[in-house]
Amino acid sequence: MTEYALILLSTILVNNFVLVKFLGLCPFMGVSRKLETAIGMALATTFVLTLSSVCSFLVNQYILAPLGIEFMRTIMFILVIAVVVQFTEMVVHKTSPMLYNVLGIFLPLITTNCAVLGVALLNVQEQHGFLQSLFYGFGAAVGFSMVLILFAAMREKIAAADVPEIFQGSAIALITAGIMSLAFMGFGGLIKV
Amino acid sequence: MVTVVVILLAIIAAIFGIILGYSAIRFRVEGNPVVDKIDALLPQTQCGQCTYPGCRPYAEAMASGEAPINQCPPGGEATIVALADLLGVEVLPLNAENGEVKEGKTVVVIDEQTCIGCTLCIQACPVDAILGAAKQMHTIITSECTGCDLCIPPCPVDCIHIVPVEQNMNNWKWPAPNGGHAAPKAS
Repeated sequence: MTEYALILLSTILVNNFVLVKFLGLCPFMGVSRKLETAIGMALATTFVLTLSSVCSFLVNQYILAPLGIEFMRTIMFILVIAVVVQFTEMVVHKTSPMLYNVLGIFLPLITTNCAVLGVALLNVQEQHGFLQSLFYGFGAAVGFSMVLILFAAMREKIAAADVPEIFQGSAIALITAGIMSLAFMGFGGLIKV
Repeated sequence: MVTVVVILLAIIAAIFGIILGYSAIRFRVEGNPVVDKIDALLPQTQCGQCTYPGCRPYAEAMASGEAPINQCPPGGEATIVALADLLGVEVLPLNAENGEVKEGKTVVVIDEQTCIGCTLCIQACPVDAILGAAKQMHTIITSECTGCDLCIPPCPVDCIHIVPVEQNMNNWKWPAPNGGHAAPKAS
């Protein structure tokens, strides 16, 4: 049990995928302009990350490894991720057409979110089991969601703030992201080496 | 070795294809639900001042992103705010080219002394509120008139006039409560 709690803690705070490993920066900057959109994106990505983490573990464990064709790993994982994203897109279109419209191109672009492939490959690299993969994917997703939502909330405030002209727009957003990243580095002290 | 890999990849891709094909049927979306939601916010005067032939065509144009949200004078600012909230876009001021927001409800009346019975206004009326026939005097069914003023430009003798509707005991209605779907939100 402690092991799973540690995996969650590690992926959410200490090794946060966005702010510490710098994966998945595209939606982090792209969909963080409005809080509602960010929450929708966070939920969709959580679903995709968790499901694709488990699916790619199963594909690796029961198809690639027994046949000794691990060199096909990347292309198989991309295939799995693309299918999961396509499935998510259909579900979102059915359940929340408004969110589907708002997310637009960013929904299919979850496929190319490097955090998704990153989680799948890191699972293999760190030789995670089934439950470990599940928690690793879910933790990564929660970390991503939390950071995305926090960042969107901050950007909404910044939009109303009196920012010097030279920092307006993406510049202040990148600086904010950098300061957030610095803050998250502090969580590195949580675990004694 | 390569053959095995290729065949395996094909089989797995086919399995995924079947799963996706099934879910495409399972999660099929009938029509465009966004259009229905937009259409519900529009005032349904069917006046055509937005340059579309009615409220639903305008809703379809907005849903596909072809039309801006600020072309509905009868709806006024409340409708624009509600649309901006629904579609997640910025609030825009009403486009003056489409018309102006009126203070209170108006209807039109035909000056029956001047009317020559040309039927042009009948063709322009979107709600069939004008009664008359060729070379006969026309008149307007006031209770059907939505005040869109579309009959005024075609009239060759300028016999149609706008009159405000005064509130009295017979036509007074309880105003819509705050927090209705068309009302602007507090924040």
